[in-house]
Amino acid sequence: MSDTLLEIDNLSVDYETERGDLKALRDISFDVQKGEIVGIVGESGCGKSTLISSILRLTAPNTRFRQGEVRFKGDDILTKTERQMRDLRGSDISIVFQDPMQTHNPVLTIGRQLVDIQHRSKATKAQKLDIAAKMLAAVGIPDPQARLKQHPHEFSGGMRQRIAIAMALMSEPDLLIADEPTTALDATLEVQIIERLKDLQSEMNCAILFISHHLGVIAELCDRVVVMYAGAVVESGDVREIFHDPKHPYTRRLIECDPGHIKTRARILPTIPGEVPDLANLPDGCIFRDRCEQATDRCHQVPALEKLKEGHFAACWLNHHEEAAT
Amino acid sequence: MSAILDVNDLQTSYGSVNVLAGVSFSVQPGETYAMVGESGSGKTTVIRAIAGLAPAQAGSVKFDGQEIRGLSERAMRPLRKDIAMMFQDPIGSLSPRVTVRNLITEPYRIQGMKEKDIDAEAKRLLALVNLPSHFADRYPYQLSGGQARRVGVARALALEPKLILADEPTAGLDVSVQGELLNLLNDLRDRLGLSMVIITHNLNVVRHIADRMGILYLGRLVEEGSTEAIFDEPRHPYTHCLLSANPEPDPDAQLERIALKGEPPSLLMRPSGCEFRERCPVASDICLQTPKWEVNNDHGLRCLTPR
Repeated sequence: MSDTLLEIDNLSVDYETERGDLKALRDISFDVQKGEIVGIVGESGCGKSTLISSILRLTAPNTRFRQGEVRFKGDDILTKTERQMRDLRGSDISIVFQDPMQTHNPVLTIGRQLVDIQHRSKATKAQKLDIAAKMLAAVGIPDPQARLKQHPHEFSGGMRQRIAIAMALMSEPDLLIADEPTTALDATLEVQIIERLKDLQSEMNCAILFISHHLGVIAELCDRVVVMYAGAVVESGDVREIFHDPKHPYTRRLIECDPGHIKTRARILPTIPGEVPDLANLPDGCIFRDRCEQATDRCHQVPALEKLKEGHFAACWLNHHEEAAT
Repeated sequence: MSAILDVNDLQTSYGSVNVLAGVSFSVQPGETYAMVGESGSGKTTVIRAIAGLAPAQAGSVKFDGQEIRGLSERAMRPLRKDIAMMFQDPIGSLSPRVTVRNLITEPYRIQGMKEKDIDAEAKRLLALVNLPSHFADRYPYQLSGGQARRVGVARALALEPKLILADEPTAGLDVSVQGELLNLLNDLRDRLGLSMVIITHNLNVVRHIADRMGILYLGRLVEEGSTEAIFDEPRHPYTHCLLSANPEPDPDAQLERIALKGEPPSLLMRPSGCEFRERCPVASDICLQTPKWEVNNDHGLRCLTPR
């Protein structure tokens, strides 16, 4: 005990809707160690956003935490008061959002916004501006002193996202949540942001929870990967294990579907037939059963997230079968 | 074979900002042409200018042999049957208060095609993009990103266009949904003989869908050729940087990444000589001269120090 920074333990979250409870997260368990980069990968609707907002406790009013804990440095976030949460957000845990164009206030200078975010600090304004300039330089914005006086529209998309990262890292958080930070950017900028995150992470030793559906970015940046599907963790493990030896059919299909994997021109790209199940009306058994080519009768029961080996977990009956066979 | 779309020296400026500084390319019937480049390179302006949605002060845009640059909205309207747009933001491009049925059949109303059976057409179009027919009664907020994208495709196909101009058709889509959409577009092209211009920065998509591609930098093509040729042997250093920046879905991939220096220059202060010079990893003194557009073996290039 303990290098564990964040522990999500059997977390289940529902949204109350007119159609009944929408089971957005079910029995989510994984952890993030200090200074580690953990990628969360999954398609739209898999619960990535609900997970982030649960960690930050910025959930919609119709959210119901049904069970489980979100422990940050050992304390359950879900039982903290709003006041205690405020002290955590932006200082111990901070976030970079997806759209760099909408992250900043358009009518305030970048300098003003970078000073405002230091509201907890007792430093003078001049000192805060100085820190702001240093932070801009750290994320690779040239000529930071002059740039502080400029407004968001005077920066390119890639620069704005780097400024958002600067803002998030200002308080030297222990955990940075990056919610699809490169989705809105093109490939060259994407690479710049990844490299910058890697550098900053090793300098500041903060842990990063990196949410993305871009497998290439996950492969390049993360130490460990959590694969989510329709509100459940289906597999988690070391990045190499996940990409080279995936143990859940969904993970396998997801990797196969990535056109980045297919080097020669394909007339027909692989897809995963079928639709994501309705979370307000869950099918029984394994959540991936209807779309799984390898489903058997056993899949009418929900498989638990089993430990296959140290640090590699998967929720699939097929792995039980392999065990029995060997 | 004559081109369905022939763009020649197309120029667009907003005030003194020269967004397109002369873009030329052509698309053959049944061909898919991809235009790639970083944000701000003018990709979106190219297709908006072709469709008459952005100004084009000079140059020519010939559709099926007919000059369409600078046509009035009135003169353009009948042509909109043949040229369909797919806009970038799938949800944002659909009016939130209109059902899917009315969204996808709106083109008939605009074109005054009163004889069409709206219900039957809506059903046919939804089937075309693999959506169940009860989706006709849904509103955009009830659609996922992938479904909204398919509604956008259905609307673009309503009038059986000859040419589709698609702005980032797969942006924000999950990989499996992205695959579905690309398969759908490929299939429609084969069945209906569509031609397409696709704007994207996703190189993985380009490789699988485009026959030809052009690389745009600061509103000018710097390289153009068949997709295979460009992926196999990129000649412009900028193309090389772009291709090398593509992250691989393999944690052990050995990436030989060529870093792009600095930020894209301002369009208000275009660099002299080669406009890529200041960011180019292999620039030399010769690059102070302005490179000309040269075409060899159907492969166009604007560079004095090609690889």
